[in-house]
Amino acid sequence: MKGFAELLDGLAFQPARNGKLRLLEDYFAATPDPDRGYALAALTGNLSLRTAKPKLIRALVDERVDPVLFGWSYDFVGDLAETVALIWPVGETPAGAVPAAAAPTTLGTVVETLNDAGRSEVPGLTRRWLDQMDATQRWALLKLITGGLRVGVSAGLAKTALATFGGVKAAEIEEVWHGISPPYGALFSWLEGHGARPDVSGTAVFRSPMLANPVTDAELATLDAGNYRAEWKWDGIRVQLVALADGQRRVFSRSGDDISPAFPDIVEAMTFSGVLDGELVVMDDDQIAPFDRLQPRLGRRQVSPAMLRDRPAHVRLYDILFDGEEDLRPLPFDARRARLEAWFARAARPRLDLSPLIGFTGWEALADLRGQARQAGIEGLMLKRADSAYVSGRPKGPWFKWKRDPLLIDAVLMYAQRGHGKRSSFYSDYTFGCWRRDRGDDVLVPVGKAYFGFTDDELATLDRWVRNNTINRFGPVREVTPGVVLEVAFDSVHESTRHKSGLAMRFPRISRIRWDKPVDEADRVETLAQLMRV
Amino acid sequence: MTSVPATVASWLKVTESGLYCAAGDFYIDPSRAVPRAVVTHGHGDHARPGHQAVLATAETCAIMTARMGTGAGDSMQPLALGETLRIGNVSLRLAPAGHVLGSAQVVIEHGGHRAVISGDYKRRADPTCTPFELVQCDVFITEATFGLPVFRHPPAALEIERLLASVERFPERCHLVGTYALGKAQRVVALLRAAGYDEPLYIHGALAKLCALYERLGVALGPLLPVADMTKEALAGRIVLAPPSAANDRWARRLPEPLPVGASGWMGVRARARQRGVELALVLSDHADWDELTQTISEVEAAEVWVTHGREDALVHFATGAGLAARALSLAGREEEGA
Repeated sequence: MKGFAELLDGLAFQPARNGKLRLLEDYFAATPDPDRGYALAALTGNLSLRTAKPKLIRALVDERVDPVLFGWSYDFVGDLAETVALIWPVGETPAGAVPAAAAPTTLGTVVETLNDAGRSEVPGLTRRWLDQMDATQRWALLKLITGGLRVGVSAGLAKTALATFGGVKAAEIEEVWHGISPPYGALFSWLEGHGARPDVSGTAVFRSPMLANPVTDAELATLDAGNYRAEWKWDGIRVQLVALADGQRRVFSRSGDDISPAFPDIVEAMTFSGVLDGELVVMDDDQIAPFDRLQPRLGRRQVSPAMLRDRPAHVRLYDILFDGEEDLRPLPFDARRARLEAWFARAARPRLDLSPLIGFTGWEALADLRGQARQAGIEGLMLKRADSAYVSGRPKGPWFKWKRDPLLIDAVLMYAQRGHGKRSSFYSDYTFGCWRRDRGDDVLVPVGKAYFGFTDDELATLDRWVRNNTINRFGPVREVTPGVVLEVAFDSVHESTRHKSGLAMRFPRISRIRWDKPVDEADRVETLAQLMRV
Repeated sequence: MTSVPATVASWLKVTESGLYCAAGDFYIDPSRAVPRAVVTHGHGDHARPGHQAVLATAETCAIMTARMGTGAGDSMQPLALGETLRIGNVSLRLAPAGHVLGSAQVVIEHGGHRAVISGDYKRRADPTCTPFELVQCDVFITEATFGLPVFRHPPAALEIERLLASVERFPERCHLVGTYALGKAQRVVALLRAAGYDEPLYIHGALAKLCALYERLGVALGPLLPVADMTKEALAGRIVLAPPSAANDRWARRLPEPLPVGASGWMGVRARARQRGVELALVLSDHADWDELTQTISEVEAAEVWVTHGREDALVHFATGAGLAARALSLAGREEEGA
């Protein structure tokens, strides 16, 4: 448990992606099976464990600690698991109790013991472990069994660390991931070169998708339009549909999360055998609904009948990776497209349709079409080389995304927060606001936050300005006097209850610092709200 | 018949300027300038400038003079640990507190009763100062900075091991340890040396004066070099000590990918540590933790314990529950510092 606790503790404090990766790699290298496998499962959300409710933990600590002191302490610390971990009085084993085992308790022991135990045994086991462990281990144990690690590690990050650890491509991990289970003995054996790659044939696994790079108008001018095919870039989420002949069906997100439970309507329609690539959207009659109609269906373990009725899901297909058992990925795009169309023509496919290819004569003609994308509620265009094989990752060259032009708004800098890592001495995260009438006065209301889009020189200048114009401090955050107008670029804006303004932007970034513009000429919240409808 | 604590309270009182010994006409750690002050140690919230006469250990006198120059006091009178001095109707001696170099408890006897003012203290070994001495007394006035049972400081050597492991893991980065200039900086250095780390350590200019003074007073710190003389590249893989605020200051931009390290008793609470933006939280305190506080108030066997700055409520609650007489003493001018 010591190594796992140190890992969690390190991850909780480490803000940088590279730092987290280093901690994970070191842990995988230093930890034996099955502990590292259970840790991997816990971090990726794949560990099924007999969990304990916070109430049980409270009852345990009440046996040992004065409730008044516990109350004050909880109030100060603010987190139940951490308070109990710190306050747990050791060495107070009640008379007559069995002395604690000498051997240190491992993560594997904890997981396996809990899963073999009956519900009534959980309090006793937990109490015994708390007695054997130090404060960091107790914290990790309590986080684990109350089911809330929250140390800022995504499954994707853990898999990236595994790939580096094993010297393989991240895509190779992806391809076996959904065919293996905790504690992943075969996986580690393969990554350490002791065993073969785990055999996942016969399971519905995820294949790392092919991704596109953004392209500028200037870069496009250097490319031959005749070598490319164009498609709309629909405004939903990218998915991979995997169906096997034996009836296994899975819907994967772009990052390889199995989101099937949230989309039974799609799963039901997957009456085929193969692997397809497409965009998941909500359909209103024959129209793709705006992204915010899809949003409430994401991230669910269950979905209500009302939601299935009011927000029907649909997949618009871009590509075919497997037809039955046949791997089509090495084929050129044009050949795959022909196979996709032929496959689609074989039978009617409710909830599925083809994303059409767009005929065009040259970049200029295509630019005109792109100009209409916003009007049509489309994110932009995809450009794919006619001869491109389907490869995982984001290779430079074969595929481009040519997004619609962003929306722009002039907002006023209100708060600045220090960044992390290399930016820890810079105020680099900016909250900006627009004007709104409030009881006869114009006041600034925050509308969003952005932390990129500027150069290092601009950052240094903004940082200096923030330090010289601070009117209030809240920990790492400074409130500044309204004095700088930021031109903010963003893809779209939606209603949101998260911000006071009632609006939330997608992909906001600082596009220019308008030192020249007086703050009272910045935009109004109403103007931003109107951009919801463009 | 007046009780012993009430009798002591008649000659040892809380005033606006702090704790005042009426029988000897002097203040202990006064919060503002007074004619006669006994100072437990050199931290800013205990040692204020501008007193007419100061009585303290020779080390504390030297530290005050180094920090404040002539503002330390019109006259500075050193008193060796253990030596007894007669002041008016009281006898006074200083007993080691184990907090920082020169730190002392003030032991006052009057009318057959003894009061001990702990100042800030800890019970663990510290290579930079004389260990705490337990003095039994009638009234014990204790600090309570870490007076909640969630504060249990792990052994310092284990925390230093964590720092060295991190230096090994991130050799391209510079570890920036936030330490106060008096006490914590020198303790971290001494602990690193005790752990066998004999590479040079790099210090912020604000720490130089007191590190030099510690060395002059006989605390060996090994090679310390000014950060100001170094190039950015040369600091990769090195340990730099600076005041805690420096990590967020423009000063830190001269360092290669600084990894901010916190070193205090507050670091045991993750939310607190993260608020301060550290990536490595070392629980390293110069104050007594909960176990040390409760152990001490039991061991002094006082008729009454008076609790000041920190979590008075919790420590008084504990003492009362344990059958000890205790009350909170509200002293102005105390603040949470580099504990």
